[in-house]
Amino acid sequence: MNFKSTIGFEVHFELKTKSKIFSPSPVSYGAKPNTETNVIDWAMPGVLPYVNKDVYRLGIMVALATHAHILPTTHFDRKNYYYPDSPKAYQITQFFQPLARDGYVEIESHGKKKRIGIHEMHIEEDAGKNTHGTNGYSYVDLNRQGVPLLEVVSEPEIADPDEGYAYLEKLRKIVQFTGASDVKMEEGSMRVDTNISIRPAGQKELGTKVEMKNLNSFEHVRKSLAYEEKRQAQVLLSGGRVQLSTRRFDEATGKTVLERVKEGDADYRYFPEPDIAPDHISQEWIDEIKSTLPRSAEERYNQYVNEFGLKEYDANVLLQTKESSDFFDQTVAAGADPQLAANWMNTQVNGYLNDNRVELADIKLTPEHLAAMIKLIKDGTISSKIAKKVFAETIANGTDPKKYVEDKGMVQLSDTSVLAPMVKEVVDNNPQSVEDFKNGKDRAIGYLVGQLMKQTKGKANPKVINKLLNEELQKR
Amino acid sequence: MEITEDTIKHVATLSRLEIDEKDIGKVTEQMSSIINMADQLSEVNTDGVKETVQVVDRDTVFREDKPEHWQDRDELMKNVPDQANGFIKVPVIINKDEDE
Repeated sequence: MNFKSTIGFEVHFELKTKSKIFSPSPVSYGAKPNTETNVIDWAMPGVLPYVNKDVYRLGIMVALATHAHILPTTHFDRKNYYYPDSPKAYQITQFFQPLARDGYVEIESHGKKKRIGIHEMHIEEDAGKNTHGTNGYSYVDLNRQGVPLLEVVSEPEIADPDEGYAYLEKLRKIVQFTGASDVKMEEGSMRVDTNISIRPAGQKELGTKVEMKNLNSFEHVRKSLAYEEKRQAQVLLSGGRVQLSTRRFDEATGKTVLERVKEGDADYRYFPEPDIAPDHISQEWIDEIKSTLPRSAEERYNQYVNEFGLKEYDANVLLQTKESSDFFDQTVAAGADPQLAANWMNTQVNGYLNDNRVELADIKLTPEHLAAMIKLIKDGTISSKIAKKVFAETIANGTDPKKYVEDKGMVQLSDTSVLAPMVKEVVDNNPQSVEDFKNGKDRAIGYLVGQLMKQTKGKANPKVINKLLNEELQKR
Repeated sequence: MEITEDTIKHVATLSRLEIDEKDIGKVTEQMSSIINMADQLSEVNTDGVKETVQVVDRDTVFREDKPEHWQDRDELMKNVPDQANGFIKVPVIINKDEDE
């Protein structure tokens, strides 16, 4: 019997604001427990939630980037549940009138383009963090309480684990390039829940779904879905029934493990949040946000490959993060040759970041300086060998490359009237090399180039001395 | 609207309330009369009245994204029954209905 899978995703993104969604407490990571909270986060009697405008702005950016319909009037609702991570005993979310509905993400899977529908997306607050001790106690830190989240709910239109993987990659890239979220799974700024059901091919009615929560990498999502496809098929083939349940992916065994059987849908008793007035989202505001939307990864990719002539691989490396792509764009805008800029970004800059375990935002190199250095290479002022020294100085100390090259007298020697006599002298002093050259040993030239580089402290223009050496040797 | 003993038990479980078996009858009765009183609202003629979830005279109340450090942990922590290293200490609860 053949089975068809139906997969859906609920993805949470932490929105990049400075303060929380309903209180002015700072959004911070690694702060001491319970220091970045206030009476609103703690739900003290009499406090009122006060909506952070930027949470809407960032949410609207993602809605625009996923072609979703933004509702003209939204409001918040209470989702009631009791757990120590939420002092209010409810989460403020959007249930009845969410931020946006009916979007889509275009993916490519198995060589074909496919649209995956987005059912809806809404903004809500995160809960605090519980750390479970081994002594029968849990430890609660409310710093995360009230951090803004955007939850993106897909339509159950994903047909297999590979498509699921492609959907997550694409969604992540789209959100990343709006700048609305850091989208780092390892830091929890992107969290993935998935559900999967299977049904015999030809059957219309969907099967019973199994949920998997908080998967911590796309690869785990793919593996757990693939495992579930097989497991559920076995259950059905042996005449059993799939249980409505939540399962957990076990990294060590690559299997999914039953966590909890669900008896019907959870009863959250949603009702409209009485403490927050409805929000009207004007077309004017949407248009304003639209005009500030950064270029998508796709747009940038097309420009890099088609206009700049970069290799697909190089374009993809640049597009790994919005920060690196922005840096590259600014370097090109400052007058750098795109191909050289890409080479320097992907090798030297990335190498530096990896070696020093830092990010682009932490380093002293500016796009303007990188562009200035590339211009010096391009117009022959410095050799690429010297450029490496200049680069090391600029990235470490933020030194202006042009000034550095001038101050240190690093300008490349290209003047033939200066170089020709030096070439003649080197050839005169190395008769053995002349002999070798005549005997067809190409290495002879390399040796002579090395001698000249030594004499000029690496400043001689390699192209020019190669040419002069060839001419000189031909004469002998 | 009819409130049954089962409804009361269900809501009590959801709300983590312990209600003594011998009190269930009394609570059910009381809850019924409260709900029925609220039900009187449905007798009001609302023809032509626009549906709303709010009766306040304002909407779209936003604040700017400006963080404030309140530095009030010590004050807030006075409200917790038990603490350790700046954390709120609570008994382990594993059977959470849903991970948020």
